[in-house]
Amino acid sequence: MTTMQRAPAGAAPSTRGTRDRRRGGPLRRVPLLVWMFLLVPLAVELFWVFWPAMNSFSLSFTSWKGVGAAKPVGLENYQRLAADPIFHTALRNNVIWVVGFGGLSVVGGLALAVALNRPGRGVGFYRSAIYLPMVISLAVTGLFWRVMYQPDGPIDAGLGVLGLDWLQRQWLADPDTALYAVLIAAVWRQVGYIMVLYLAGLKGTDPTLEEAAAVDGANAWQRFWRIVMPQLRGVNTVVFAVTVIDSLRTFDIVWAMTRGGPYNTTQLLSTYMFQQAFTVVNLGYGSAIAVVIFLLAIAFIITYLARQARAEES
Amino acid sequence: MVTATSTSPARRNHASRSPWFHVVMVPFTILWLAPILFVVLVALRNFDDIAARGLGALPASLSLDGFAGALADGRVGRALVNSAIVTVFTVVASLALASAAAYALSRFHVPLRRTILLVMLAGNLLPPQILLIPVSRITQDLGIYDTLTALVIVQVGFGLGFYTFVLHGFMRSLPGEIFEAALLDGSGPARTFWSIVLPLCRPALAALTALATTWIFNDLIWAMTVLRTEAQFPVTAALLNLQGGFSNSWNVIAAGSLVAAVPTAIVFFVFQKQFVSGLLVGSNK
Repeated sequence: MTTMQRAPAGAAPSTRGTRDRRRGGPLRRVPLLVWMFLLVPLAVELFWVFWPAMNSFSLSFTSWKGVGAAKPVGLENYQRLAADPIFHTALRNNVIWVVGFGGLSVVGGLALAVALNRPGRGVGFYRSAIYLPMVISLAVTGLFWRVMYQPDGPIDAGLGVLGLDWLQRQWLADPDTALYAVLIAAVWRQVGYIMVLYLAGLKGTDPTLEEAAAVDGANAWQRFWRIVMPQLRGVNTVVFAVTVIDSLRTFDIVWAMTRGGPYNTTQLLSTYMFQQAFTVVNLGYGSAIAVVIFLLAIAFIITYLARQARAEES
Repeated sequence: MVTATSTSPARRNHASRSPWFHVVMVPFTILWLAPILFVVLVALRNFDDIAARGLGALPASLSLDGFAGALADGRVGRALVNSAIVTVFTVVASLALASAAAYALSRFHVPLRRTILLVMLAGNLLPPQILLIPVSRITQDLGIYDTLTALVIVQVGFGLGFYTFVLHGFMRSLPGEIFEAALLDGSGPARTFWSIVLPLCRPALAALTALATTWIFNDLIWAMTVLRTEAQFPVTAALLNLQGGFSNSWNVIAAGSLVAAVPTAIVFFVFQKQFVSGLLVGSNK
């Protein structure tokens, strides 16, 4: 593409010569300073990200209390995980989290993006209001919603006003509702982000296709599913990968609202890992949970990377 | 403003929008913001009022006791300063290193540059959990555990891949003529970077600054991993402690949460456009 832009510019021979040398294969010398530009950041990332990540793998085959030397135990940590009921709860909760958190925020974000796609009066205000929770930290979001969920708090008071007293409960202390109560708070904060992604995706769709379909008698519902959705495939991939990766990382909001309680019913893999690592100080066992999180995330990380790589090429 | 909109006759190009749109959106928006509004109300009530009439009641009192309580012993104030220090240093260092790396990868024929770029991005996509235990140990071994320096360095390392990737995309799209002209003028790579590339990257840098500021200010997990003393805590971690100490003083907790949310809310309102475009560059739409 650059070549096409440049050819008609009728560049002077010297310029063209420079460019040819620029393009001149892998032997073109990269100045030392430029190497430093690259190697310093790369070294920082290798030392603080990739080196620790590899250490987690080797730690997961040891038993270590943080003092003395780590004792190699082979696969014992993983065998214990397979039999650990709290780990099972955390795993199940993470599945619920991916489906519930992902599903609700995608449906909410997409619906709002469609509703607020066309500019008009008030639309900017609505959009800002929906974005706003996204800038509040997950920890603070958790505290906000703790207030909402308190036994005499706004949600119970609201249910009372509506005559739904039988629904009132201690949302965060009730093992049946705690996980979903936290999930709603997390969705509240995520919807704005998903809406931003879909708004951009909708901007890239071709309106003439929809008009043509309308002329052919397709109703709004059909037009959306048959014409608009297929054009959003790229955004869907990104949203899907981002949502799963985010779900597996989720930690702050659960920690702020329940710390995994009551009775471990809101434990996610990330919170259980943190507890094992830093509260109980079972560093080997905690690393094994971290490795499981990594293994669950890797397919989605690759999906996301593959898409970015393709976008890089074009 | 919103009410005016819903009652005004449909005109201009959005004439096709059904009037029901605002009928649905106005209550929806109010409901959406309800958690924030309620926290504001709770923060403005005094303790006796909340104790007597419950958290869900509308205020019968109006007081700044909550804010006074949250800021009284200086813990929240100090935590805000810590957060500000960490955020400023992390954002500046991250973007400086990332733009240097992006410059090298986008404008020079570094061998394997595409692989390097994707590997760097991959680092940012890893679940932080896989890094926590070793990172905590490394900071202890280096003697920087429980310092703000550790928190800055760790977050710079983890964020670099993403910022580099975004800036690389932007720098690659800059027209090549500029660089040829610079070369003809005898400008070396450092001067070209400083006086040509960076100024041209201002929109991308602004977007990433808005985004990174909120991310880093809002971080909790890295702070809990490398810090132990409360005096070092950023505001997110300090608030969770505040909640432990004032477990029934909801006005204090609400006020503290609001104080912690205000800085990022300001960034958002002032730089909304950059913020949104920052979210988009990361997803390449």
